[in-house]
Amino acid sequence: MYRAKSILQLKKLFEEGVITKEEAFLQANHLAHLLQEDYNSFVTILDNVKIKDTDNILSGIPYSLKDNFSTSGILTTSSSNILKDYVPVYDATVYKKLKKAGASLVGKTVLDELAMGGTGTTGHTGAVKNIYDKERMMGGSSAGSVASVALGIVPFSIGSDTGDSVRKPASYGGVVGFKPTYGLISRYGLFPFASSLDHVAIVTRNVHDAAIVTDVVKGFDPKDMVTFKSEEKLEEKLGNDIKGKKLFYIKEICGKDTYKDSNDKELLMVIDTFHELLDKARDKGFIIEEVSIDKILLEALYPAYMCISCAEATSNNANLTGISFGPRGKGDTIEEIIMDARTKGFSELIKRRFVLGSYILQKENQDKLFLNACRVRRLIVNKINELFKKYDGLILPCSGGVAPKFSDTTEKLSDRYLILENHLVMGNFGGFPSISIPFMKIDGLPVGVNITGRVKEDGLVLNVAEKIEELTGLKDIYSEVGDSNV
Amino acid sequence: MYKAIIGLEVHCELKTNSKNFSSAPNKFSTYPNEYVATVDLGLPGILPVINKEACRKALLTAMALNCTNPDVVLFDRKNYFYPDLPKGYQITQVTKPMGKNGYLDILLDGKVKRVLIHQLHLEEDTASLEHHQKYSLIDYNRSGVPLIEIVTEPCIESAEEAVIFLEDLRDLFLYLEVSDAKSNYGQMRCDVNISLKEENSDTLGTKVEMKNINAFNNVKAAIEYEIKRQSEILSSGGKVIQETRRIAEDGKTYAMREKVDAVDYKYFVEPNIPPVKLEKEYLEELRKSLPKLKLERYFKYIDVLKINEEDAKALVRERCVSDYFDKVLEKVNNLALAVNFMMGCVLSTLNKQEISINDLFIREDMLSELINYVDQGKLSLDHGKKIFFKALEEKVEPSKLIEKENLKQINNENELLDLIKRVMDENSEQVRQYVEEGNIHVYNFFVGQVMKASNRQANPNKSLEIIKEELERRKK
Repeated sequence: MYRAKSILQLKKLFEEGVITKEEAFLQANHLAHLLQEDYNSFVTILDNVKIKDTDNILSGIPYSLKDNFSTSGILTTSSSNILKDYVPVYDATVYKKLKKAGASLVGKTVLDELAMGGTGTTGHTGAVKNIYDKERMMGGSSAGSVASVALGIVPFSIGSDTGDSVRKPASYGGVVGFKPTYGLISRYGLFPFASSLDHVAIVTRNVHDAAIVTDVVKGFDPKDMVTFKSEEKLEEKLGNDIKGKKLFYIKEICGKDTYKDSNDKELLMVIDTFHELLDKARDKGFIIEEVSIDKILLEALYPAYMCISCAEATSNNANLTGISFGPRGKGDTIEEIIMDARTKGFSELIKRRFVLGSYILQKENQDKLFLNACRVRRLIVNKINELFKKYDGLILPCSGGVAPKFSDTTEKLSDRYLILENHLVMGNFGGFPSISIPFMKIDGLPVGVNITGRVKEDGLVLNVAEKIEELTGLKDIYSEVGDSNV
Repeated sequence: MYKAIIGLEVHCELKTNSKNFSSAPNKFSTYPNEYVATVDLGLPGILPVINKEACRKALLTAMALNCTNPDVVLFDRKNYFYPDLPKGYQITQVTKPMGKNGYLDILLDGKVKRVLIHQLHLEEDTASLEHHQKYSLIDYNRSGVPLIEIVTEPCIESAEEAVIFLEDLRDLFLYLEVSDAKSNYGQMRCDVNISLKEENSDTLGTKVEMKNINAFNNVKAAIEYEIKRQSEILSSGGKVIQETRRIAEDGKTYAMREKVDAVDYKYFVEPNIPPVKLEKEYLEELRKSLPKLKLERYFKYIDVLKINEEDAKALVRERCVSDYFDKVLEKVNNLALAVNFMMGCVLSTLNKQEISINDLFIREDMLSELINYVDQGKLSLDHGKKIFFKALEEKVEPSKLIEKENLKQINNENELLDLIKRVMDENSEQVRQYVEEGNIHVYNFFVGQVMKASNRQANPNKSLEIIKEELERRKK
């Protein structure tokens, strides 16, 4: 009765007295435990909840929270050994708002260590497995958030998206991943990865639910200076007529003939299905055109992202020294103590990023690496903004294929990898509202399509996404493994 | 002979309600970790929020130091690991400091010397560390307190000059009311950079740095010791090492660490504080709110009011004293008398009681009134001062005291004449001495008797005139 129900469905069941809010929580808790061993969605599963009846739409709705949001009194590890016993003393703004709304926290979800990574394999409690195929990755970094929603444990989860950390795994998990405009949702209490790129993002199984959740958690927060006032209800924008709305896709990323020489069957399937979807959308009244962007600029996306994010991450994580919190290192001098804590606390991948970030920020490299990356970022954002004068949105496939296998070793410098697999970062560069929804399946494994729009036009992006969702036949899908009687 | 070239980096904690980037109170406490917010602990997920008042005070100080202000308020991160820095970086200003290329004029041996200011920037203070034998303790009360750093050009030439600059800078902070600038609370701290060069050479010598000196007399001692130490090294053919030294209680400096390469702080723009544009109107309003500063007031006092240099210096040291004095002057014609009361009564009281003029019971209007009593001859100077101290002690307005104690001087000539006649009738021998022998010494005798008989209320000058007339009359 509970499993895989949407927020609106659950609300109705509560109202009709078919299921109580306590029962909803208990069933979510039961599913969380049941599916934990196989998929590893959670760092912490909460076994108790105090149901608070409010008139908020999320009252009694179970949800999960990525384990990099500060939750007072609840272990928050950021999936890193350096925080493995860290219990925060304050609440992130998002968590506070959800608590006030009366939503029921089911658990804290696994991420790639410190949200740095796109595989879901690097958390200190082990890898998250793809909910459709345990041989495959869930993607990351919001791996557990996506898994918990895609398994039908909870109708929504709160994640964070710095490069594509919600939208990419959402694509691999067949769920909706929505990253609103930078500043629409407060980041206060989100453990920072790269502050200028970090967004709070929402995972749901349909677009409507994403709008509902965003409406509850958005708004100006005096504790986060980049937030802004937002009075309009996104949910009310849904259902608006989209006839004549203009979208574009980028030829160099997903043109019909861009990969005509490739023998990557999966990739060709994705491109074909994407263009079929565009045709269906045109039939509904969308105007969709192909736009060409300098390939050099697109190829610079990923390196620029790495430079900026590693640089900011090095500084943002410099508080993890084991001095005022976290495991205290051993040594005779303060340098030795800090070094010992950080050496033991971080995995090799993280250390590599810190070394990179530090190198990028060094006086002699800063202009060439960090500031040039910032320039590239500005060029790309300017280009997209220029196109947004003519178009209402950008539509692209989220990836060139389904979730990779754990054993997979793709060529990281191929066109597919460099551009097609990493373009979602454009949304972070410009702070654009950006949403991924499932649009096709290959052998039962989902692939997502992404829609990105103008800053502060989150309502329009959701509106468009919901219209596209109607065309895919993949709304509200979930992996039916485990207990189907719940 | 060698010449010293000194540059100063002065840190000053700003007076604000809350800390620079958090809502914790900005207060001094003897209890450790009393005023600490999550932001000041650098806990994961915290974000800085800009403090408008701290920005205002930093901009105002930069203006008073004749600096140019930036077009936007922007902060940068200075990255380094140290236990007193919980975030692992300090939020400071490198790209766009609150002030650039300014100066402060100071008075050196009666002449104006211009000390050039390289820049002024706003940043946050670190936590404070307390070192014990086997462990150290961290007190986060100071963590995140708004701090301005003022960097001078290397243009100061002696210990004396450095101290005068620091004193004037402290007075400036107090004039602007941006800080309490108490060096014993560490609210004002100073780093000294010093090098020696040959008298006629243009090449600077090797720079030695001395960090975190609180008391001004320690700055003086440190500089004097360094000049002596470095001179001895150079004149004996040695080389000064580039290093950081500390000053010990014996007034000598000791090597702390050798400076190999400058640390790379990997500065970059703080991404969590969006740039805030400084509107022209805002800056203009701020400029208008600048009070007249110490040196300007000093020159007005000596050049226009012709007050002597020493008194003028004392009167301008504190803005509230100078403001008080100016207000007193508005209602007084006799400037010399006003200065006399300020120096002899007001300032001496402030010094003795160690209070601020703002807490002085006698306000400007009361003092003006009292001075005017004296100026108009209604009260002797001596008496006026007595009234001042009595009024202060009893917390009664001087004019009321004059009334209450019936201390008003007898100026009425008929009243005085009656009194004098009575006194002369009682002392016929002294009248005889004048009438028959022309002994003018009896004048003072009669003045004394009149004062006694009038309970010291008779106007002595007027009494003397009438005594002279009455004695002449009796001659006939």
